Amino acid sequence: MQAKPSTLKVLDIVSLILLGVSTYLALVFAPTEAVMGDVQRVFYFHVATAWVGMLGFVAAGVSGIVYLRTGDLKWDRVEMAAVEISLVFFFITIVLGSIWARPVWNTWWTWDPRLTTAAITELIYIAYFMLRQGIEDPDRRARFGAVYTLIGAVSVPITFMAIRLFRTIHPVVIGTESAEAQGGFNMTGDMRIAFFFALFAFTVIFIDLFWNRIRMGTLADKVEQLKLKVMQ
Amino acid sequence: MAESTLTTTTHRPAKSSFWKAIAAIAWKDLAAELRSRELLSAMLVFSLLVILIFNFALELDIATRRTVTSGVLWTTFAFAGTLGLNRSMAVEKDRGCLDGLLLAPVDRSAIYFGKVISNLAFMLIVEAIVLPIYSVLYSINLFQPGLLLVILLGSVGYVAVGTLLSSMAVQTRTRDVLLPILLFPVVVPILIAAVKASGGYLTNAPMTDILPWLNLLIAYDVIFTAIAFMVFDYVVEE
Repeated sequence: MQAKPSTLKVLDIVSLILLGVSTYLALVFAPTEAVMGDVQRVFYFHVATAWVGMLGFVAAGVSGIVYLRTGDLKWDRVEMAAVEISLVFFFITIVLGSIWARPVWNTWWTWDPRLTTAAITELIYIAYFMLRQGIEDPDRRARFGAVYTLIGAVSVPITFMAIRLFRTIHPVVIGTESAEAQGGFNMTGDMRIAFFFALFAFTVIFIDLFWNRIRMGTLADKVEQLKLKVMQ
Repeated sequence: MAESTLTTTTHRPAKSSFWKAIAAIAWKDLAAELRSRELLSAMLVFSLLVILIFNFALELDIATRRTVTSGVLWTTFAFAGTLGLNRSMAVEKDRGCLDGLLLAPVDRSAIYFGKVISNLAFMLIVEAIVLPIYSVLYSINLFQPGLLLVILLGSVGYVAVGTLLSSMAVQTRTRDVLLPILLFPVVVPILIAAVKASGGYLTNAPMTDILPWLNLLIAYDVIFTAIAFMVFDYVVEE
């Protein structure tokens, strides 16, 4: 059993501090939005968690391809860690978004491209874990997982484009917005600070979680091997 | 992976043998089905039952019929399709036929394409029977060239992904229930585009409204056939 690397320990603490500071910036430091009021503060963490979900999504797709090329089980653990983190953070994004949408759009949910794509991505992740659960052989489990991640990684952007051919009401705060978007606003200087700090903080948190989860996967595999050795 | 390269290099099959292998596998499935008719009859009866359920669930009167017909049709095809895909792979797995196929000195992708062709044939046969029945039951003309093209394109994409995923699903413990769970979230683009394009043809929408959906269907078909072709080796590897 190797000890936890000291860099990781430091990163754990830094992540916690960053999360705290980011919470302060979002809830206290940033000015209250004129039209929507305090509920707009959800925005900082909503975008930041969605960003982490995207990072996990991309990381999963890439490590799936690398696994298929190399056949090294290490990449399977990386892929699973990425999928798990992305699953949780997209879920948080959806919940936070719903909290914001209830007063602003007057509904918890609408079949908008982003919302629908996020929901379908969650379903693909759940299917991914159900697929893995049904397979005993670690090599086959890793291969099937990687193939399914690859298919999901390609189909999700196509799904997004497909639904985008309909109209969207989701606001785009950075970049150009469609005319039908509801609940958009312009960020002031202090809002920008809170926003970009939240993005930065959650990127660090992502790296920290990712590292911890990969390490846990490696240890779990080691335990499995030791168990087999004892049983023989 | 290693064995497949070994067999292809040692035997070095002629180029025509790839197409022959595809045809042989597709023909084997079709001949077996022609004798038993297990799969086709199950898919067909199931499709008719789905339409029956929709009839009561949606009250398909003349006003709603125009707008919901494409949705009803594609839901029926998607559900009936999983039945066929599951069965066609489960048959191979149950009697150890898959191992036999894999031992054959042909490229693995030939097995995939052979399976795609037979699965596509089953799906098209079911659709060819469901369409006239639906037309008669609801006195709506479904035999428009555009609509038939959409159904062909949609079925190709559905079967291309479905064949790959069903060959994964049958190798798991939960194989009876897994296929639709794996398949439906990744064929969402096909279902959206096919429903929209079919609806466009049924309501006589202008071609500029339908064309993006057709392009999407073609793009999806090409991309996913290519991906499945590339990764099929990993799925059947022992």
